[in-house]
Amino acid sequence: MTEEMIQAPSYEDVNKLISEKFGEKVVFRTSTKKNVKAINEKRRIFLSTDRDTILELCTYIHDVLNFEQATSVCAVDYIDRVQIVYHLTNYFTGIVIEITVDLPADDLHIPSVALIWEGANWHERETYELFGVIFDGHPKLERLLTPQSYEFFPFRKSYKLRGSE
Amino acid sequence: MVEERMNTDKMWITMGPQHPFSHGLWTLRVHADGEIITDAEPEIGYLHRGWEKECENRTYAKIIPMADRLCYSASMTWSHVFCKVAEEALDIEVPERAQYLRVIADEICRIQSHLMWLAAVGTDLGNLTVFLWALREREFFLDLNIRLCGQRLTTNYPRIGGVRNDMPYYFERDCMRCVERFETVGLPEIMKLATDSSPFVGRMQGIKYLTAKDVANWGVTGPAMRGCGVDYDVRRDDPYDAYGEIDFEVPVLNKNNPKGGDAYDRFLVRLEEMYQSCEIIRQAFQKLQSIPKEAPSRVKVPRCIPAGTHMAKIEDPRGESIMYLVSDGTEKPWRLKVRSPIFVNVSSSKHMVDGVRIADVPAIMAMIDMCLGETDR
Repeated sequence: MTEEMIQAPSYEDVNKLISEKFGEKVVFRTSTKKNVKAINEKRRIFLSTDRDTILELCTYIHDVLNFEQATSVCAVDYIDRVQIVYHLTNYFTGIVIEITVDLPADDLHIPSVALIWEGANWHERETYELFGVIFDGHPKLERLLTPQSYEFFPFRKSYKLRGSE
Repeated sequence: MVEERMNTDKMWITMGPQHPFSHGLWTLRVHADGEIITDAEPEIGYLHRGWEKECENRTYAKIIPMADRLCYSASMTWSHVFCKVAEEALDIEVPERAQYLRVIADEICRIQSHLMWLAAVGTDLGNLTVFLWALREREFFLDLNIRLCGQRLTTNYPRIGGVRNDMPYYFERDCMRCVERFETVGLPEIMKLATDSSPFVGRMQGIKYLTAKDVANWGVTGPAMRGCGVDYDVRRDDPYDAYGEIDFEVPVLNKNNPKGGDAYDRFLVRLEEMYQSCEIIRQAFQKLQSIPKEAPSRVKVPRCIPAGTHMAKIEDPRGESIMYLVSDGTEKPWRLKVRSPIFVNVSSSKHMVDGVRIADVPAIMAMIDMCLGETDR
């Protein structure tokens, strides 16, 4: 690690450092919500990136910006694409970074962050079994909640529930 | 000599799904070398019912009672976090009166959930009096739930835009009477019973120190994390509803201790938390007096939620619960992700039981406070 770790980076610091380091590879999104306390008090940062940058970005956020916890990793099926959403928390400032990565529906591969945050391990396993997203480099990508014999991915939109039109 | 006659190979032992320590259906497979555990593998999913997928087929209002069923002893916070994420999506602020009522209801829920945990720890570690006394105290708080919401456990109380009803007559009097009795008689009594009993304490003291750095990296949240020295509580560091107005302490043990905390620290931190919950309830009632009784406790909200992505987080009795909602402008969610604290905590049980004896597993796992409904979803 070449850069010093900042224990409690402020909202402005996080924005500045990420945009300096990654430039155009990371897109900042802004929220239009006016009445949400956490957004008004600057504790939410919204980013978008692509799958080639995600591992480098996450390593930077963990090692330099001291976001110690991967709160959740999940997937959203938008039919034409699948979006992976990460929520990362810094315990000193309470800032939560939300990162979204779009994957094309016919090529669901993304690097795993389970080696950076152990806590992301089961979230990724769960996302794999429910959406069929393959996390490359994950230590143990097996089914967790559903039986091993399942060959379909029940949370995809193509899997219809009974009673839904 | 012994080796010649006995097979001393390492072996896998399956603890669960029906095991006194498991508190629900899940399995902990441990790899044991004699009595020392060298590896472990938790297995869950016996209760998986596709909760998140079910929600995609229901209107927003219908999800509130379903959210109650995620965890029977933390039903209030689960329906609260769902209402919170829907309010964030609608970009509305809840009336002040409802905010305080939610705080009071959440803290009653936290106390009764911790008492349920304490009772379970009592049976796990062989202190049956703690079990009986904790359940006796819990009954008073469940009675308060009945007065406020009409239900003991699955309360169905928060609504999108407020709470279902304002508090009934004399609720404040009854609640404060119960809280004061608990603070001065009930809780000190249980604490004395638990912490003075050396066989009971001996089961936990010195068992598996976990450092703050590890615990944070594993994603463990809630009291288990604060007992090991991580100073973070969503109620204080990322305040929602009226928690920002209330002055309370977050109990953290071993804050600067490089060794971290043992099972006993993770036990004590929950007992301290109950005292703080009493304090929060008292302050919330004081603040509530300045708001007129006629003030609304709920605002009307539209049936459909505008398209977008939204996230809300709340401090559950067991840790940090998050819901991530993707709405598409209709009356049903496109996707609702639930981040359950126990799901992550139990994933780290592999590291938690590493190197301990088999007999210590119940003491370590009891400090996670298992609840399978929210783990498997």
